[in-house]
Amino acid sequence: MKFSEQWLRELVNPAIDTDTLVAQITMAGLEVDEVVPVAGAFSGVIVGEILSAEPHPNADKLQVCVVSDGHEQIQVVCGAPNARAGLKTSFAKVGAVLPGDFKIKKAKLRQVESFGMLCAEDELGLSQDHGGIMELAADAPVGHCLRDYLGLNDKIIDVDLTPNRGDCLSITGLAREVGVLNKVAVKFVEPAPVEPVIKDAFAVVLEAKAACPRYVGRVIRRINPQAVTPLWMVEKLRRAGVRSIDPVVDVTNYVLQELGQPMHAFDLARLSGSILVREAQDGEKLTLLDGQDIELKAGTLLITDEKGPLAMAGIMGGQSSSVTSETRDIFLESAFFAPLAIAGRARSYGLHTDSSHRFERGVDWRLQRKAIERATELLLEIVGGEPGPVTEVKSEENLPEVARIRLRHARVNQLLAFDMPAAEIEEILTRLGLQLNASEAGVWDVSVPSYRFDIEIEVDLIEELARVYGYNNLPVKTPMAALPIKPIVESRVETRVMRRTLVALGYQEAITYSFIEAGLQKQFDDQYDAIALANPISAEMAVMRTSLWPGLAKALQYNQNRQQDRVRLFESGQRFLPQGGELVQENVIAGVIAGSREPEGWTGKAQKVDFYDLKGHVESLLALGGAAQQYSFASASHVALHPGQSAAILRDGEVVGFMGALHPNLIKSLDLDGPVYLFELKLEILADGRLPRFSELSKFPESRRDLALIVDEKTAFDALRKVALKEGGDYLKEVTLFDVYQGQGIEAGRKSLAIGLTWQHPSRTLNDEEINGTIQAVVGALKSGFGATLRE
Amino acid sequence: MENIEPLLAQGIAAVEQAASTQDLDQVRVQYLGKKGHLTQLLKGLGQLSAEERPQAGALINEAKQALQDVLNARKDSLEGAALNARLAAETIDVTLPGRGQELGGLHPVTKTLERIEAFFANIGYSVAEGPEIEDDYHNFEALNIPAHHPARAMHDTFYFDAHTLLRTHTSPVQIRTLEEQKPPVRIICPGRVYRCDYDQTHSPMFHQVEGLLVDKNISFADLKGTLEQFLREFFEEDVKVRFRPSYFPFTEPSIEVDIDRGDGKWLEVLGCGMVHPKVFASVGIDPEEYTGFAFGMGVERLAMLRYGVNDLRLFFENDLRFLGQFN
Repeated sequence: MKFSEQWLRELVNPAIDTDTLVAQITMAGLEVDEVVPVAGAFSGVIVGEILSAEPHPNADKLQVCVVSDGHEQIQVVCGAPNARAGLKTSFAKVGAVLPGDFKIKKAKLRQVESFGMLCAEDELGLSQDHGGIMELAADAPVGHCLRDYLGLNDKIIDVDLTPNRGDCLSITGLAREVGVLNKVAVKFVEPAPVEPVIKDAFAVVLEAKAACPRYVGRVIRRINPQAVTPLWMVEKLRRAGVRSIDPVVDVTNYVLQELGQPMHAFDLARLSGSILVREAQDGEKLTLLDGQDIELKAGTLLITDEKGPLAMAGIMGGQSSSVTSETRDIFLESAFFAPLAIAGRARSYGLHTDSSHRFERGVDWRLQRKAIERATELLLEIVGGEPGPVTEVKSEENLPEVARIRLRHARVNQLLAFDMPAAEIEEILTRLGLQLNASEAGVWDVSVPSYRFDIEIEVDLIEELARVYGYNNLPVKTPMAALPIKPIVESRVETRVMRRTLVALGYQEAITYSFIEAGLQKQFDDQYDAIALANPISAEMAVMRTSLWPGLAKALQYNQNRQQDRVRLFESGQRFLPQGGELVQENVIAGVIAGSREPEGWTGKAQKVDFYDLKGHVESLLALGGAAQQYSFASASHVALHPGQSAAILRDGEVVGFMGALHPNLIKSLDLDGPVYLFELKLEILADGRLPRFSELSKFPESRRDLALIVDEKTAFDALRKVALKEGGDYLKEVTLFDVYQGQGIEAGRKSLAIGLTWQHPSRTLNDEEINGTIQAVVGALKSGFGATLRE
Repeated sequence: MENIEPLLAQGIAAVEQAASTQDLDQVRVQYLGKKGHLTQLLKGLGQLSAEERPQAGALINEAKQALQDVLNARKDSLEGAALNARLAAETIDVTLPGRGQELGGLHPVTKTLERIEAFFANIGYSVAEGPEIEDDYHNFEALNIPAHHPARAMHDTFYFDAHTLLRTHTSPVQIRTLEEQKPPVRIICPGRVYRCDYDQTHSPMFHQVEGLLVDKNISFADLKGTLEQFLREFFEEDVKVRFRPSYFPFTEPSIEVDIDRGDGKWLEVLGCGMVHPKVFASVGIDPEEYTGFAFGMGVERLAMLRYGVNDLRLFFENDLRFLGQFN
């Protein structure tokens, strides 16, 4: 909320400067966003009167004006179309200095001399308006200093109020707060009731009593349609960020700013029958003040008359019943709408108004009569007219109740860890407008004023005490607590360990968005239908990823486009899998590699990474939990992967991840520099490790035999290895692969695998016969199972 | 025995002329071997009288010892020279870069998250995590933010349908924890959160760490102490800390915390407060028996302040030139 410091000081004027005031209210929870001077830095500008304006002899768009400064007649060349005889405007004489240290000098414009400048609002830093030179009131005192006349030595303070402080959405509310903080009295606006001159009243019926428990109205007839809003009001409104429209609307806006009561003025001539406050039915129509045609939804609170909807209650008035320059008779509305009846409604129509903003947060439910008297008083002053009596319709049982709260001194002290004196408590709460009754020792019964919707329970009062006392004046300590030992599951692999393992392998950690473009998502996953946001921020961030690969691939692309050839990225995070009716949100860890195997160097020729580089990395991760033997890899197909270079990663037979080469089609469509390899693993599975278990060391020597086997090139080594392990007897400890060869000497379509078999017995040395026997069993099984032959 | 002296002198000369250890070994055989010149002299002792023999024998042995000493010294010197020559030949350019892999690095957000976690783990907090796609109840209702509450406008929420959304803070994890666990509770909840807002200072996805402590007799002073210490240790500076009244529906009193790192400017770094009794009520904890505090901080914001990063968007571009700066 923006307000004029001067206006505030009319109500409460503590002896502190602007900076202190701003710091003080900020530290009381009314955070000041910005303080800006009402006008730019300028001097020597006065109120001038244009006596005549003649066309410039040498320029179409210029006029030669004769301007009075109250003593002399001065010739000024002016380009503003609204410069005309009789207009009072801002006049910067020769010697004046405008914002930006712009000095006004005598000038010649197309051979005509000019002694000064007539100014638009933007040229004086009053607003952005450059529509023409300023139009001052007809009674503006010619020759008077403009700064003094407009009261421009003022600042606009913009305070960012939290939703609980609806009571501060007015000068009165802010003044009350400043009064409390400085312990000074506040001059509240107290309008005297205006005596009715006529008997006319307009009937009001409340149907939606819970939503509108109080409606105060008044007829005023025969207002002066020629009246204009006085400068002081225009200026105060301007400084609150409100544009002057016409005197009647300005007065309602003024009362809103001053007291916090949103009001509305109807053109009485356009009302028929009586006012009925009711809820809308689906499909009813209303054209709002701003010209928008709205189709109403059931449940929206309306002000209607016999003919239909007049206004969206508490949000915005309708066009057809609004006050215009033709209006002679008006009907003023000052109502209390319950916060819940308004909350969310404006937003559901894409609207947000000063009125809805206040009703949502809670308007003082006892303020309506005072506000209508204040508005009447101001209207009579500005537009005249004959007021009727005030009509008040209310539903007592639906009005909020005065909250009564028990406040325990001991609880205050416990929560604030500090013994706050009773006198201090009473002083703070009383100044805030609360009433205290000491009912029993150490307990008060507190009544909450009708403007504080945020105070409901004891702790709300304690907050007020802490806030006004000053958070920073309250004591500081550190918590005391029992310290049980937290469990540590030794077999569990922490994510931080996985991350560091990948970092040690040269990976850089990435963080990519959880929502991605739908098309990209589909390219990487044809299994799951990714769930879509109802209100995405853009098409690029529209569906929830079912894999981290699309994000990593985009990050790879980003880096390759910036001359980063060697890329290793990993990410850990959630993926979102719709499975049947359920949504599975699970953590995965994924990586991508591309470019050279090693950083560019002098020790050898650069080689590009391949499948087995990535597999080594994956194996390092799998080994972290000490359960590497539970994992296996199997050739698999995946829409994002090269069909001949993709593997499912299994743990005890269950798929826990995938790895492989990115499909050439994706490399092409993402314009990547391939080959690119990716992996993704379920983090929870990876985290679940094994506790080490000691087994006795054998004191007897190992025996090793090497075999060179020739098999079909499609034979999977792992299958072969499993058979060898099975046939190799109980004491075969290890089967290692130390060479794979295809080429000269080996038949086409076949490959040579060199494997080493290692035996060891726990309690004796194995003899050659035993080992040779098992080798024959192994070779025999491999021959029959895989058509393997021994290489000569 | 008059020829001992010249023989020794000859031997010494031969040792000094030896250019290699092999030469030297020949000299040793020649003079000190079984048939060596000096050894031969011992054999001639028999020709001497019994009176002369001991004295002559001693002289010969002295000469042998003297030659042996010279020989040993020469051997050491020749071996040392050979080693030096070999070492010189093996000299390499130690300034050439090392072979093989280089280390990658952690994302600055992760570094910051882990650092925050470590501080709180040290004082007995556990890490709790939860789903990022949440229901309206856990993200709002249970936190005293009913439908149409104006505070919902403070959270620009991404929705899937009327009841399902992307969590706007990690507070729902606090609710989920309190639903399961009775006090005392000390947890921190790190993770991704989402707001429908995108510009230079807002990212639609960012990270938060929230903390919650619930126990008997927890006061406002405990909250102040915990966060003041945390901020000083996090920045490793004696930062000035101030506590400013604010508003969150799930805490009362509510506080925003600002720091001043010595330049006189207050920067907002986190929000916190005492747990609202209505939040306790929604998880069945008696607010008369227990009190607690909660706090929440934006990880990117803290990372920006700590490392001097000036644009929030850099955190999610994953530019290796940016990420590499934190290795």
